[in-house]
Amino acid sequence: MSAREQHTKGSGLKWVGRAIRRLEDPALVTGQGRFTADLPAAHWVRFLRSPSAAGKIESVKAPQGATMITATDLKGVKPILPMLHKFSYRPVPQQILADGEVRFVGEAVAAVVAASEEEAEDIADAVELVIGDATPVVDARAAVASGAPQIHAEAPGNVILEGRIKTDGFDGVWAGAHKIVKVDARSRRQNATPMEARAAHAAYDAATGRVTLTCTTQMPHLMRTAIADVLGMPESDLRVIAPDVGGGFGQKMSLCAEYVVLVWLARKLKSSVAWTEDRRENLIASFHSRDQTIALEGAFDKDARLLALKADVLSNIGAYSCFPTTSGVEPLMAMAEMPGPYDFRQYECRARGAITNTCTMAAYRGVSRPVITFALERLMDKAARAFGLEPVDIRRKNLIGTFPYVSAAGLKFDEASYKQTLEMAVEHAALPAFRKRQAEARKQGRYLGIGFATFSERTGYGSPAFTARGMAITPGWETVHVSVDPSGFIEARIGSSPHGQGLRTTLAQIIADELGVEPHKIKVIHGDTDTAPYGWGTFASRSLVISGGATLIAARKVRAKLIKIASTMLEAAADDIVLEDGQAKVAGTDRTVSIAKMAREAYTQTHRFKGEIEPGLSESGTYDPPGTFSNACHVAIVEVDVETGRTRIEKFLVAEDAGRIINPMIADGQVHGGIAQGIGNALLEEIVYDDSGNPLTATLAEYMPPTAREVPEIELHHIETPSTESITKAKGLGEGGCIGAPAAIVNAINDALSPFDIVIDEMPATPQRVRAALRKAGAA
Amino acid sequence: MTEKSSITLTINGRDHAIKVEARRTLADAIREDCGQTGTHIGCEHGVCGACTVIVDGEPVRSCLMFAAQAAGKQIRTVEGLAKGDTLHPMQQAFMDHHGLQCGFCTPGFLMLAVGVLEREPDISDDDLIDVLSSNLCRCTGYQNIIKAVRAAAKEMRK
Repeated sequence: MSAREQHTKGSGLKWVGRAIRRLEDPALVTGQGRFTADLPAAHWVRFLRSPSAAGKIESVKAPQGATMITATDLKGVKPILPMLHKFSYRPVPQQILADGEVRFVGEAVAAVVAASEEEAEDIADAVELVIGDATPVVDARAAVASGAPQIHAEAPGNVILEGRIKTDGFDGVWAGAHKIVKVDARSRRQNATPMEARAAHAAYDAATGRVTLTCTTQMPHLMRTAIADVLGMPESDLRVIAPDVGGGFGQKMSLCAEYVVLVWLARKLKSSVAWTEDRRENLIASFHSRDQTIALEGAFDKDARLLALKADVLSNIGAYSCFPTTSGVEPLMAMAEMPGPYDFRQYECRARGAITNTCTMAAYRGVSRPVITFALERLMDKAARAFGLEPVDIRRKNLIGTFPYVSAAGLKFDEASYKQTLEMAVEHAALPAFRKRQAEARKQGRYLGIGFATFSERTGYGSPAFTARGMAITPGWETVHVSVDPSGFIEARIGSSPHGQGLRTTLAQIIADELGVEPHKIKVIHGDTDTAPYGWGTFASRSLVISGGATLIAARKVRAKLIKIASTMLEAAADDIVLEDGQAKVAGTDRTVSIAKMAREAYTQTHRFKGEIEPGLSESGTYDPPGTFSNACHVAIVEVDVETGRTRIEKFLVAEDAGRIINPMIADGQVHGGIAQGIGNALLEEIVYDDSGNPLTATLAEYMPPTAREVPEIELHHIETPSTESITKAKGLGEGGCIGAPAAIVNAINDALSPFDIVIDEMPATPQRVRAALRKAGAA
Repeated sequence: MTEKSSITLTINGRDHAIKVEARRTLADAIREDCGQTGTHIGCEHGVCGACTVIVDGEPVRSCLMFAAQAAGKQIRTVEGLAKGDTLHPMQQAFMDHHGLQCGFCTPGFLMLAVGVLEREPDISDDDLIDVLSSNLCRCTGYQNIIKAVRAAAKEMRK
């Protein structure tokens, strides 16, 4: 019996812990899903995008009779101005359409409106746009070098923020260290690449003067707040709907200027207007991610114990800052979480964001942690080599083992299983047998390698974590309304906005256990600002923990009320009432009353309860937890073809711990998907710009997410350490897959190539990069 | 490019008489002119396969075919897979094995897998992975798609 089964059996819960089929699926497998681009519209928009990375807009001229709007038409519309109150953050404004100058290839300069998408595209092709010459800055190091062209007057030196941390006593410990190990880690730029690119549809309602914006977003409520702010309109005049959303991975949590234009146009034209992004636009002009270098040094004592860590982080944040997180999201996450799951006390970090003439950086699954884990796990492997240890042995010496633990960066870790997951992974990977096989293969000129990555995944964090970043917009809490209607059907309205995570199913499982009903009888309603309570949406591995916690709080209130009603109706003590099979029962008797009957009475027979029970059956729960850490150990076994530089992943193994698992099938699916994206980061995916700032990867044939061929079979093993920081005892797990996989894979490549004495500290480790390293070493 | 011609598309056995420009792709015609929005468009370059439909028994990228080329042919889309309330074994298997998350790529995968298995019911496991590698999914990491298609293949052979 697995640890998971044992736990579930002991929980006393009927639905939580079970791999039930998803409630979302019947519509999605029959073509009945409703995505934004499915809506018809009277007008279609095509954005005219800058072909230059930098320069003054000299003229923009539409063909005669065309409807086109530019920045000139949007006077009075405020710019997007994300804000942090810390870390010397420089607020840089982004005009909704480029005003006077452009700052990256793909920046929207004008919006052409026509009766069909094709017509709008034809007209946009005929617009004459002249942009003056200017020298773009593409590379982050070049951007922060002295004498670099200034991209925004508001941000001298092209630095949008700089965070620093240094523990007391750092210098002394550093000076006294036995050995210093260094890594120059770099992750190239990625695009989150949801299969559904961005899309929006704004419809004006003449009767009320309201606009309904249907758009593919992860946070409908904040989109409403932000767009109303920018346009200076009452929020009540705007309804935002996130219908079925085809993946987001962070890319759809930021405010897009395009959505603002759509709402503005719907109000102006008093009609419906739609825009569906094409894949090229998505790849060059939505939001990018990663593109980070980390110079990392570790100081070790003579027993290979890590004493201190020194990091210099430089993120290329692109041309503007994203709303609401700001583009400080990457460097600041790196600074806060660099110490990872290791036990040491001294830490120094500088984290900077460099503005460049490239597409704006925003959150992408894992946010910086794939890169910091890569840097730190490369450091551990290098240190192991320097000390003549197996990579797993240096981790055994340094992983956190007592809880709660406060990291050198000040984060509080709740109980987890760093050492146990490592041992579990080592056992299932059969390390000694692998080393033998590796030695045999080398004799035949075949290069196998094994790589480990141990990491923590901070999940389910509420407003305190965002407050610590000094965010002007401080997200965090979630509210859920659970109600039983007069016919006895149960509904949960949630502020989160799931888009593939299966939250309708998992929240229904939580409610089902509280109220003694079946999950498929519970409807979870989300993604519509008119019907769902205000909430922050779905991102940062938060929804199951925070929305799940709020759901549990609300469901418990409904449960308490049902028990009160039942005790009146059944004339029994509240303590004797149990809720199961859709009814209340008096324990040890055959006296029952159905939830439907109780619900009907709660609305229509309130006099029976003598004023002791409020009318109706609707309760609200709000939850704002401090955060909880999931953890895992990833293992990759690879074979590198030294002739071609190609890496094949032979096996991928995970030992993970995300606390109590609500639905193991859905949890495993999250891990699988994350790992596939991590494989993309490690081996395949790279947004490439030339020196002039032209994107060279503008189709999915050049920017290559992994296919079924590149993702090997993934073996998962589980431990469940119930969280003390989450009332459902669940931890989040949306991001772990892509946090650990890149480090494990590149460590495996380095292990495979260890006979050549080369080092690969850059991702993706493409065949070209591997071959270049081999050539440089004179190896082949 | 605005001259339109009349064509008839036969989708899931039903005729749709529509007027389209010569450049109209089959994907756009299915979605916009025939109102069958279950077929999704992911890249319009023929790379991602989200728009896969079955035309005269073969899975095709409907973004790479003009609507006019499909006139007179039998087109099958995700909306036609179930028989009444009974799901196609492939649909059922995707639900049973969690072969979908956001569901955007799902119709394309369903049509690809059904099309290939109808043509080649005894396809080897390895060839099946080659076939499935022609479509992109960003959510599932393919593990459960492969499981689902293998399970459906068994069911379809019965």
